[in-house]
Amino acid sequence: MGKHTAGSYQPETEMTIYHAAALKGVLLAEVEACKELEVDLSNVVEIDSAGLQLLIMAKREAQIRGHQLRLVNHSPAVVEVLDLCNLVSFFGDPVVLTSTRG
Amino acid sequence: MEMDQVLQTFLQESTELLQVMEDTLLQMEGGPVEEEAINAVFRAAHTIKGSAGLFGFDDVVKFTHVVESVLDRVRDGELALGNDLVALLLKSRDHIDRLVQLEASDTEADDETRQQGDALVAKLTTWLGETVQEKPRSDVPAKRKDPVESSGGGVVSNDAWHISLRFGHDVLRNGMDPLSFVRYLGTLGDIVNVVTLYDAMPVAAEMDPESCYLGFEINLRSDADKAAIEGVFEFVRDDCLLRILPPHGRIADFIQLLSDLPGDEERVGELLVKSGAITRSELEEGLRKQEAAAAAEGKARLGEILVEQGAVQRELVDAALDKQRLARDSKAQESKFIRVQADKLDQLINLVGELVISSDGVHLHAQRLNDEGLYESASLIGRLVSEIRDGALLLRMVQIGETFNRFHRVVRDVSRELGKDIGLSVSGAETELDKSVVEKIGDPLMHLVRNAMDHGIESAELRQSRGKPAKGTLSLNAYHESGSVVIEVSDDGGGLNRTKVLAKARERGLVGADQELSEREICNLIFEAGFSTADAVTNLSGRGVGMDVVRRNIEALRGTVEMESLEGRGTTARIRLPLTLAIIDAFLMGVGNGAYVVPLDAVVECVELDEQMRRDSRGNDYINLRDEILPFLRLREVFDIRGDRPELEYVVVVQFGNSRAGLVVDELLGEFQAVIKPVAKIFGSLPGIGGTTILGSGEVALLLDVTALVQQAIGRDTRIEARETGRQALPA
Repeated sequence: MGKHTAGSYQPETEMTIYHAAALKGVLLAEVEACKELEVDLSNVVEIDSAGLQLLIMAKREAQIRGHQLRLVNHSPAVVEVLDLCNLVSFFGDPVVLTSTRG
Repeated sequence: MEMDQVLQTFLQESTELLQVMEDTLLQMEGGPVEEEAINAVFRAAHTIKGSAGLFGFDDVVKFTHVVESVLDRVRDGELALGNDLVALLLKSRDHIDRLVQLEASDTEADDETRQQGDALVAKLTTWLGETVQEKPRSDVPAKRKDPVESSGGGVVSNDAWHISLRFGHDVLRNGMDPLSFVRYLGTLGDIVNVVTLYDAMPVAAEMDPESCYLGFEINLRSDADKAAIEGVFEFVRDDCLLRILPPHGRIADFIQLLSDLPGDEERVGELLVKSGAITRSELEEGLRKQEAAAAAEGKARLGEILVEQGAVQRELVDAALDKQRLARDSKAQESKFIRVQADKLDQLINLVGELVISSDGVHLHAQRLNDEGLYESASLIGRLVSEIRDGALLLRMVQIGETFNRFHRVVRDVSRELGKDIGLSVSGAETELDKSVVEKIGDPLMHLVRNAMDHGIESAELRQSRGKPAKGTLSLNAYHESGSVVIEVSDDGGGLNRTKVLAKARERGLVGADQELSEREICNLIFEAGFSTADAVTNLSGRGVGMDVVRRNIEALRGTVEMESLEGRGTTARIRLPLTLAIIDAFLMGVGNGAYVVPLDAVVECVELDEQMRRDSRGNDYINLRDEILPFLRLREVFDIRGDRPELEYVVVVQFGNSRAGLVVDELLGEFQAVIKPVAKIFGSLPGIGGTTILGSGEVALLLDVTALVQQAIGRDTRIEARETGRQALPA
């Protein structure tokens, strides 16, 4: 796989323990391949600790390689978890509050 | 992950916990409130709430939370547990049950259920003395009186609880999600700060997506006590490093934390400061003190200081841990049991059955071959198989106590409904019977109990006017007797009015106008369809459709039921059920070319039918056995067997309850283990036959229904009945 300059990845499934193994492979590959990766989280209806760990892993891996990782279109589930864990600043992305949050 | 299995476990455990709640609440009603009892109810509610939380069953969590809050107040002595409150708690427990069932079947609660729930919540909150908010957050558990520690400096300014969490690698694999614990913690108060830690996570290439690498440092402002906070992590205690420090905790305790938590101490210190648990200056002060103390005294002094200063706190922690350990131990005690699927057990028993038959075959061949060594081995196998058989059957046995105990609630509710004062006394709860029988006997028992309460036991005034105690007693009793299980439902009420019963029976044409019936027969008329002497039909009984169904259900279990009554004193319904359905010790008899089998337990003795007896019995259906009258049946006649009678015949004396009868047979063929198979449906229900079995030789033998045969023998001659009740010698 050649190195793209920028890419986008949109997980289609919930980011939970059930899909963690599969997601890890794809996500890591994307991070390795893209100097700038945008992860679109709009379809992540559910995220648990396993899913959160994958995002953390991706962010760290990007940092190690000097790549950029941006989380965008946070779904309400993702917003809740990032908030709960006080990790918004870790990822450093602006979180857009939608009206469905509550 | 097996969601269904986990859900099943949740359901089973919730059912057990709900049962504990009910039993304990009933116990406490009207009696003294023991601390252990109220704790048990609280723990049960708390556990249900926690488990429901894991599954996201929000309705259950919300409702149970309110119940738990009330129970907590009672636990702290802030609320008195009077009968009103017990009644409300019982109704609430019922509602929790309903909600759990709805969640389990994935059904939405209907309006009625919702309204019931709202009404209960309203009542519960009046006991709490405050209005319930949308989120249970503000309904914090009551304070426990923690002993006051003198501060005298050396405490942090942080006024929130500090909770350090390091989750173990297998937490996710064990089906738990750290995030849900943090969320749940949030319901206890305000999470002021959270630091999420992930340095346990290795590089991406080595990171296992299904392992957990997360840790948290949390500051929680809350009125909850330490036990409540620890309780949040009950389910993950074994998989997680947990440290809790109270608001304004001792700096020394935080210093201790530096070594308790994994990682470089300096790093941990930074972490604590970053999380707001402790300020930098407090940390430095603590470290300084530690160094100074160490320098001054040398080695383990630090440990002592810390222990001393933190002694009170440590004691609390230890006490809490001990309690947890005790709770876990008792859970471990309970987990001496294993859940087994019923059909797997049945398969096993079937195989054992086949094994029994094969082993009989081997034994037979060994006998014929006359090889001593082989015979010995075969006998040994036979013995072992016997033991396995007994063991296998025991697996299916359950104590009837469980079923009996359910009636405490029933008796309580029904006696309230009827406005009578009735108590329940249970005995023989350890009596064991086959699992399937226990399940099916519940409904008939229920009907008999309701009947006894409704028609048997009189109102308090009537009882007092009769010189009886105002409180009526309903008794449930069970015991084993000659191969059967006997269950008795007795009351000390008015008994059956025999005149009335007979009159009603005549009215209905069940009995001829001049037909004479024995006491026993009159009592058993109750079981006839459409029979009821009740003057008033109540909601419970009196319509006359119950008792015959009861009898039919019991007979479907190859059992019998009869009523015994003493006018003015009370009535007893006695149910008799076969003990084992599958493999029994049997006695083999031969008649003509056929083989017949009776349960060994039912056999009293065998005697030769000698000339004397034959003479005595000529024309009659009884023999004189050591001056006792023994009615008998000739199996040849009963089963219409062709062929000549042999010269020598035998009488096998069998018994059923208190009755005995003799079965006249040609040959006595000894004891053996019989695997009883039910009679194939195609043969319908053969009178006198209870099943079939295959002998070692491959031949089929019929299992005789001792009950039916004995009754037949007795009933045949009503003169015998009369004699049984006490008249004298045999006629000439």
